[in-house]
Amino acid sequence: MSDSGVPRTTILNAQSINRVLTRIAHEIAERNDQSQHVVVVGVQRGGIHLADRLGQLLASIWGHPVQVGRVDVGMHRDDLDQHVAPQIMPTTIPFDLNGKTVVLVDDVLYSGRTIRAALDALNDFGRPCRVQLAVLVDRGHRELPIKPDFVGKNVPTSLHERIDVRLREEGGEEAVYLEKAS
Amino acid sequence: MNTNPTAAWNRKHLLDIESLSPDEIQLVHDTARAFKAVGERAIKKVPALRGKTVINLFIEPSTRTRISFELAAMRLSADVINFTAEASSLKKGETLKDTARNLEALNADIIIIRHSATGAPHFLSRFMRGSVINAGDGAHEHPTQALLDTFTIREKKGRVEGLNVTILGDILYSRVARSNIWALLKLGARVTLCGPPTLVPQVFEQMGCRVTYDVDEAIAQADVINLLRIQHERQRKTMFPSIAEYTNLFGLTDTRFARARPDVLIMHPGPINRGVEINSDVADGEHSVVLEQVTNGLAVRMAVLFLVNGGKGPQEVAT
Repeated sequence: MSDSGVPRTTILNAQSINRVLTRIAHEIAERNDQSQHVVVVGVQRGGIHLADRLGQLLASIWGHPVQVGRVDVGMHRDDLDQHVAPQIMPTTIPFDLNGKTVVLVDDVLYSGRTIRAALDALNDFGRPCRVQLAVLVDRGHRELPIKPDFVGKNVPTSLHERIDVRLREEGGEEAVYLEKAS
Repeated sequence: MNTNPTAAWNRKHLLDIESLSPDEIQLVHDTARAFKAVGERAIKKVPALRGKTVINLFIEPSTRTRISFELAAMRLSADVINFTAEASSLKKGETLKDTARNLEALNADIIIIRHSATGAPHFLSRFMRGSVINAGDGAHEHPTQALLDTFTIREKKGRVEGLNVTILGDILYSRVARSNIWALLKLGARVTLCGPPTLVPQVFEQMGCRVTYDVDEAIAQADVINLLRIQHERQRKTMFPSIAEYTNLFGLTDTRFARARPDVLIMHPGPINRGVEINSDVADGEHSVVLEQVTNGLAVRMAVLFLVNGGKGPQEVAT
């Protein structure tokens, strides 16, 4: 049971999150021969810690530093007038994206609208040579033609369920839960 | 500057600072911080207000505030129309309400109003479907100026709480002063008002500030000095004998500035009257953040436009 009493099951524990990220890092390394051109960009807020970790893992695989940025998609959403204005977090891309391979990182892939907004936001910083998408969990229910390149775990869900990702950087436990509809 | 994840913006209008909570003020600051970064990019534009119509309804003349709002709306990809009193039907006898109704019939989403009458934005907000932003109403409030001033203090000093802020000059006729006093007190600063007694009545102590006519003392202990312009257009001649006397008694001269704290921040909402309320060397000196206030004003106005545009639905959005 979760804090709020909603029934839940553990999808990934701390150990399996580590294993999954290590595998994704190796898949990224395998896919990209020109390691010098690869940068990692985390999507605020769920993707930023995962991007930091993937950046470190890739740096140890390749033996050179890998640049990591973060992008906030709040200003690029397509539903801004249907919700209370989202909280805007800093976008920090302190490097040129022109000609780079950008690995976009997010925790959960769902409708795909966040990723569409992130692709739009990246345009403001330059024209990457290609963009690849890495997610910890793909829960399905896409509303746009967006497909991840690297997936930690595919979790078929119903629309009433929720995926709760907790990472140690946020100051608590590390696990991914599937919360059942109550 | 930490973000408070619980704060949410639920306001359709921005009419004054008096009714805002400290959390709401900080939310505007945090949002403005992200928008400030947009202005530093090669592409200074985001699509947040794409397809929205913003109308600058400036019944009282203004250049800097109007340009700042206009550019802010453009950087959010909104369509902007400027509407000034000189070129409007108000000259032909149309009432403000009819003017506003006409603009609404054009499906304006956000109306930014400056008016010489106190409460004009509040009046519009009672019947307009769109959002209303107060860009200065009479001597009442100028909320975005206070938001950008406190944003600048926070950026430079790391906090507002506990700071000694002196507002020096024409307080009585100043909407900038009133909005700043509200914002500073809500954020926990200690506010001192100073100037000629005719322009700084004791009654301001009821808002929770300190009023002093000892300018050297007001300068000496201040972490921030916010200088306000002597507003010739709003004043009767009887408020003080002459500009030269004002400068002698209350102007921020080199001699007075030398007694200020070494880390003092000098602010001014502009336009500056060089040699009147502030000496040129001080205005251009390293303590002055006058031009950064202009840059921050743009970011704060983008944040305000962005926040009032938000709908009424839940904040949580699907990934």
